[in-house]
Amino acid sequence: MTTTVAKAHGGATDAPYTLSHLDALESEAVHIFREVAGEFERPVILFSGGKDSIVMLHLALKAFAPAAIPFSLLHVDTGHNFPEVLEYRDRAVAAHGLRLHVASVQEYIDRGVLKERPDGTRNPLQTLPLTEKIQAEKFDAVFGGGRRDEEKARAKERVFSLRDEFSQWDPRRQRPELWNLYNGRHAPGEHVRVFPLSNWTELDVWQYIAREGIELPDIYFAHEREVFQRAGMWLTAGEWGGPKADETVEKRQVRYRTVGDMSCTGAVDSDAVTLDDVIAEIAASRLTERGATRADDKMSEAAMEDRKREGYF
Amino acid sequence: MTTTTELTETTLLRFATAGSVDDGKSTLVGRLLHDSKSILTDQLEAVERASASRGQETPDLALLTDGLRAEREQGITIDVAYRYFATPKRRFILADTPGHVQYTRNMVTGASTAELTVILIDARNGVVEQTRRHAALAALLRVPHVVLAVNKMDLVDYQESVFAAIAEEFTAYALELGVPEITAIPISALAGDNVVDPSANMDWYGGPTFLEHLETVPVAHDLSHCHARLPVQYVIRPQTAEHPDYRGYAGQIAAGSFRVGESVTVLPSGHASKISGIDLLGEAVEVAYTTQSVTVLLEDDIDISRGDLIVPSKDAPPTTQDIEATVCHVADAPLTVGHRVLLKHGTRTVKAIVKDIPSRLTLDDLSLHPHPGQLVANDIGRVKIRTAEPLPVDSYADSRRTGSFILIDPNDGTTLTAGMVGESFASPEPVKDEAEDDGWDF
Repeated sequence: MTTTVAKAHGGATDAPYTLSHLDALESEAVHIFREVAGEFERPVILFSGGKDSIVMLHLALKAFAPAAIPFSLLHVDTGHNFPEVLEYRDRAVAAHGLRLHVASVQEYIDRGVLKERPDGTRNPLQTLPLTEKIQAEKFDAVFGGGRRDEEKARAKERVFSLRDEFSQWDPRRQRPELWNLYNGRHAPGEHVRVFPLSNWTELDVWQYIAREGIELPDIYFAHEREVFQRAGMWLTAGEWGGPKADETVEKRQVRYRTVGDMSCTGAVDSDAVTLDDVIAEIAASRLTERGATRADDKMSEAAMEDRKREGYF
Repeated sequence: MTTTTELTETTLLRFATAGSVDDGKSTLVGRLLHDSKSILTDQLEAVERASASRGQETPDLALLTDGLRAEREQGITIDVAYRYFATPKRRFILADTPGHVQYTRNMVTGASTAELTVILIDARNGVVEQTRRHAALAALLRVPHVVLAVNKMDLVDYQESVFAAIAEEFTAYALELGVPEITAIPISALAGDNVVDPSANMDWYGGPTFLEHLETVPVAHDLSHCHARLPVQYVIRPQTAEHPDYRGYAGQIAAGSFRVGESVTVLPSGHASKISGIDLLGEAVEVAYTTQSVTVLLEDDIDISRGDLIVPSKDAPPTTQDIEATVCHVADAPLTVGHRVLLKHGTRTVKAIVKDIPSRLTLDDLSLHPHPGQLVANDIGRVKIRTAEPLPVDSYADSRRTGSFILIDPNDGTTLTAGMVGESFASPEPVKDEAEDDGWDF
């Protein structure tokens, strides 16, 4: 199943050989995890229960096998989660004996520190709980599942991305990244965001999930769901404030391409019930995953850049 | 398992672009992404929307690649961006680097991980200073493959003679620098000639299209000339009931291959042992190769930690505290003689001091400016560095991974300088001299 070209060459040490693209990406990501483990005091993996963070967790498990992962997990809980995803999160934490930190957006709203937005979207509200948790726990390296193919501001992101004491990203003051010599130096109070999946595309992630037989929350596969339409996306009804009076709920066969806050993550019409189906569907799709299903990126031309500057992942 | 998965296991090519400001680099990248159907509808729509709101009549494909506010506002590319696309034959990572002369550091950054560099030329202008600069950088960084894309062929009536003259001049220059392989392709990025589809306008050209070449250029490593090197990143010790005595040395193989049973030496200590096992991410293997992330187990309990280098006992590099290298200075503050820095080589970071800057290189004509006193941003020069601890360095000519290092400012952590150990260019002296000497009778 995990056949590399190297093995296909019979393992002769003097024959030219190359790794398959998935093996090359996997090896690079593992190298990044181990660099962080070797150089930082308190790293943490951002874990949402979405496919990218699930792949990150899988890679981290492989990187340190047969020892345990030397990192804990951090979930930024918007309060508008898909129940299947929360259930997956808790199961993964228990299965691998991990420690889970939770930064809760709801708690900030209840305390009056954050104000609910009129559109009910909580994605932009995640930044403050995230950055305060990083400061409070003194995390010095924070792994994110962000990929450069997701968005044009992310295409400019380094693998090791230095953030100041306010977690801010300054794209004009990034360190050049040379060879695989990552520079993680930072002052007390600063931290580094680390993106082991930088060079992966959505399709790579799915191919890797299929190759490795990684389990995912069910919402990634086609299922019947009650949804309503807003701004061209199918949204699931919920306590966050949908549907409105003029929006009608209907039953459709859909699946999710990304998992985020329910208020701004849309489903797509789909018949894909297996990993093979999903891969075929993505390979044929003429829409990016964020373009298809994330309202938060459509707010302005530089929505992602602006949020990243403030400390978003 | 699934046929989809197996069919789509492919190889990965990392490549970088270089070109002067108006050579049409953005157009080429846009054309490549567009014609290989790698631009998706919503991305194109976003570009159309943005172009329209700026009052432009046609979509500006540069907006696809200029991702930052400041870049869009100024209409220039500030920083390296990485782009991804795939064909059924291969996956590509493109380091899209700005071409301005003041961004030498960006080309160095992009080329440091690239197996192929594309140097773009405007067919009307031919080989210019900037072209020579890019060729010199490709040679310096020892990028294995160089493509000369002679662009805007539509503006010279698709004449073979124009292309042939440029290709000949460039190839002669680049070979002299030691660029190992050059492929020249006549294209028009704007019209789409020979980028993805073969051109009907240039029947005289019998070579591959630009994309065909990217799809077929070899990315395999030839291990027969490689020194095997494993920088130790992390020591894995589970200390569990199941694995009470497991002690594995984790790292990504920087060059060559390692085999179970092989005699190895650990540097800088010089301790010797034998490989008793290799774990490839949880799976035991007999042999492991360059760029695989592995965990190596040794027969003897010897003191090994992060920063050490495991090498075959029969092929160990010397360790040294005095490094001579060619560097590209990448920080805004200058590098000066006497500068106290940190040097990161492989997985080891040590204190170091800049002892001397013997020369600065002028890329345009490869002339040396002696004792410049300092190197400023984007300068390339020779430096002598004394390290606080001995390091097992290879020549960059032998190993891009274990022959490279970065200098870091110990005060604020800034990455200062990219370094390449040993001689600057692959063949600085013409080898013919010796043969010619034989013919002389003194």
